[in-house]
Amino acid sequence: MTYGNQFTAETQLNLSPFFERTSQLNESQEWRRWSGYLAATNYELTHENEYFAIRTKAALLDITPLYKYIIEGPDAQRFLDRLVTRNIQICKVGQVMYTPWCDEMGKVIDDGTVQRLSENKFRITSAEPNLEWIETNSAGMDLSISDDSKTTASLALQGPNSRDVLNAVASDSLDNLKFFWMMDTHFGDISVSISRTGYTGDLGYEIWMNPDDAIAVWDLLLEKGKPYGITPTGLHALDMARIEAGLILLDVDYISSRHAIVESRKSSPFELGLGWAVKMKKKDFIGKKALEAEKLKGVEWEFVGIEIEWDPFEKLHRDVGLAPGLPCTAWRTSTPLYRGNKQVGYATSGTWSPILKKYIALAHVKAEYAKENTQLDFELKVEHFRKLTPAQIVPTPFFDPERKRACPQ
Amino acid sequence: MSTVKKYDAIVIGGGHNGLTAAAYLGRAGKKVLVLERRYVLGGAAVTEEIFPGFKFTVCSYVVSLMKPNVMRELMLPKFGLELLPLESTLTPLNNDYLLRTADADQTYREIARHSRKDAETYMRFGPAMGQIGMAVRPILETIAPNAIRPSLSDLGALKKLMNHFQSLSSEQFEYLTKLMTMSSADFLDEWFEFEPLKATMSASGIIGTFMGPKSPGSAYVMLHHYMGDIDGAFRAWGFQRGGTGAVSMAIARSAEHFGADIMTEAPVEKVIVKNGRAVGVALENGDEYSSDMVISGLDPKQTFLNMVDESDLPSDFVTDIKNFRIRGSSGKVNLALDALPNFTCLPGDGHHLRGAISISPSYDHLERAYDDAKYGNFSKKPFMDIILPSVLDPEMAPPGKHVMSCFVQYAPYDINGGWNDTKREAFGDTVVNTIARYAPNIKDIILHRQVLTPADMEKTFGLTEGNIFHGELSLQQLFTMRPAVKWADYTTPIKNYYQCGSGTHPGGGITGSPGEMAAKKILGELK
Repeated sequence: MTYGNQFTAETQLNLSPFFERTSQLNESQEWRRWSGYLAATNYELTHENEYFAIRTKAALLDITPLYKYIIEGPDAQRFLDRLVTRNIQICKVGQVMYTPWCDEMGKVIDDGTVQRLSENKFRITSAEPNLEWIETNSAGMDLSISDDSKTTASLALQGPNSRDVLNAVASDSLDNLKFFWMMDTHFGDISVSISRTGYTGDLGYEIWMNPDDAIAVWDLLLEKGKPYGITPTGLHALDMARIEAGLILLDVDYISSRHAIVESRKSSPFELGLGWAVKMKKKDFIGKKALEAEKLKGVEWEFVGIEIEWDPFEKLHRDVGLAPGLPCTAWRTSTPLYRGNKQVGYATSGTWSPILKKYIALAHVKAEYAKENTQLDFELKVEHFRKLTPAQIVPTPFFDPERKRACPQ
Repeated sequence: MSTVKKYDAIVIGGGHNGLTAAAYLGRAGKKVLVLERRYVLGGAAVTEEIFPGFKFTVCSYVVSLMKPNVMRELMLPKFGLELLPLESTLTPLNNDYLLRTADADQTYREIARHSRKDAETYMRFGPAMGQIGMAVRPILETIAPNAIRPSLSDLGALKKLMNHFQSLSSEQFEYLTKLMTMSSADFLDEWFEFEPLKATMSASGIIGTFMGPKSPGSAYVMLHHYMGDIDGAFRAWGFQRGGTGAVSMAIARSAEHFGADIMTEAPVEKVIVKNGRAVGVALENGDEYSSDMVISGLDPKQTFLNMVDESDLPSDFVTDIKNFRIRGSSGKVNLALDALPNFTCLPGDGHHLRGAISISPSYDHLERAYDDAKYGNFSKKPFMDIILPSVLDPEMAPPGKHVMSCFVQYAPYDINGGWNDTKREAFGDTVVNTIARYAPNIKDIILHRQVLTPADMEKTFGLTEGNIFHGELSLQQLFTMRPAVKWADYTTPIKNYYQCGSGTHPGGGITGSPGEMAAKKILGELK
């Protein structure tokens, strides 16, 4: 049943090239703001079906609001190696690398992916505008920088059936595209690039295209994807999936050092669980000296996964006559973590994981209390009263299916 | 001549600072009398119905710097303080515009239309200025110590400030040093590239000041305007429901609540000084009121050169006050409108009319406007800060009609040949013609026009030379130097004669701060 579909409204927000379709499909008319764009919170009246599309079918998300920059020229690779903490020199054409980047003090500014489009051409994605930082730090280098945020539209297709959907649409098989690699192909006569990347920790792809082709691509995917359960998916479902995947979110799990008002709000990559992405053997990069010093001195904070133990959690609720109150959407309120009477950390986002049947969260914890299996106390409110309940430090990703990296045999 | 009952304190001038001082003294149990020369309270923070149905914020028109503790301690919300948000700043350009709004995403997008780099820098600039505001706050909230012969409590205050400065980050120190010494144009050039953005931001560095955006020292005035906060949000500007006069009335109601007597149309002729002590005042009508102390909310020139005899003051102090720079630089044009102005760059009604409209397309526009003033003329193409009070508060005008408040710079007090009616109207025409370049319908919708020159402001409001800040906010006239060295702590060379106007620390704007701190100083001395 529909109650009329002529809904129109004025907005001061940016509209993605997919909006013509997404606005028609959004039955709940629930929207969030994402980088100044109107982005669907959920398309259906609840987000559950969309969450399960990510984990069991194929979820289609409009990710156009991402900031994107093209860096091109003889010095492009040298520059990116200076900018980010990963080793871009070993990034091959067609490869993608996830990386944070830091200020001179080794504090994280933003994180995103670097795509090597050709020998001398890269695309970097970010959560916030970074043009000023990129331009400032590329002075004197032989390269050009262009803001690609509005010249490229993008979709994420995530979930176990996503490869099947793409194989049904694309002129080339996706079977050999490895995790964190990309390829150029066609949907009919439309050129697209497809990277095997995403923000869900599942098998999934991101499709990069000319905004003029956006509607045609959307329509093709929905049509050919129907037998595979393709589902337009909003940010509520994505937020749950990215927590399960242990992936951080800027302004939620950390604050960019570019606008952290006080020093204590800034984090180094080590403090965000991104030590693996810091390549100290690289000759030089922004923040290297500070990070070396930090490593020598010892890292103060660590970023960990925690699992809230079920039985005590249930008991706290039973004691007041309630069934356990589970967060069925992801929360983003800083929540204290204690060890004994002392606060030793805070969780920044958490969710009930319907696929794992566990209550999980991402947390900043003082290094000395951040070892796996350490038991901490998690603060919560049960029927208006503050309580503490045990939580374990566990490895992330919480959810890490084999299909994420695997290729068909 | 009659002598009426004795008061603990008499405040000369029912401006917002005089009223604030009265309210604080009343709150401490003192019996206070406020004497206002005009028929209406508020001084320069006044709302008047100049034409029937149209309420003008005649001089001062927005509120940002009102101290939060003054609002709380005087219970101003209870007495009618209602600050509506001014949501945006629109800079009309030829066939384009620059718009900054309360929304970060929208502001980013609007600035990015002109410069992506600036749009990003802008996101950092606000928090940086907020940090500087925090760094300066303690100075503003300290009673300026006597720097020549500090008392024990002065030393305590100085030590506290020293400790505070030692706690600043190197970034705070760097910006602070720059803001204290540079021109606003030079300072902004270090951050931004889009000229209209820089020019509009630099404009807050020239308001009420006889300087251009390229004059060294203007960056401090900009900082002064950055220090306001409403509801904890730094730099938020607000419009008082009913106009700025309603802020004054709220303070007056608070003062009365605390037992103050307030008289209007009661111009003071002289402070009565006996044996080097102020003992009361004589009104122009011959009435005398005696009191234990007299507090002047007037500007330093009025306070010391008019209200008392020079012979009661040390001659070096008289020289300092005579040298105190108080050059008027601005005019005000208030319009009663039949309809809304229609801006070519953003036609029709819209959110953009709910904020400030700044005529500041470039540094050159502002600097040339200043050049005119330097040589004794009003600006041929003036800088303007315009708001439409009736869009924010419909009760300011009859239904469907509007009022427009135009702060205009520059209009020098010392204009060649002196101000007269012809010149005033020529100035008004220039303002309207300047607006018409951006909103061509303006000429067809003006029902009434009120033009105030600095000479008018002096005559009507007692602002010497028409200076809106009771003296320029230049470095040599701040803190321990405002209005004169040794007498920056609200005391004067005459015993029991105090000062509490904008000519004292921390200066102009609707802050309540000079009035509050003067009262606290007085109460401290009484202990």
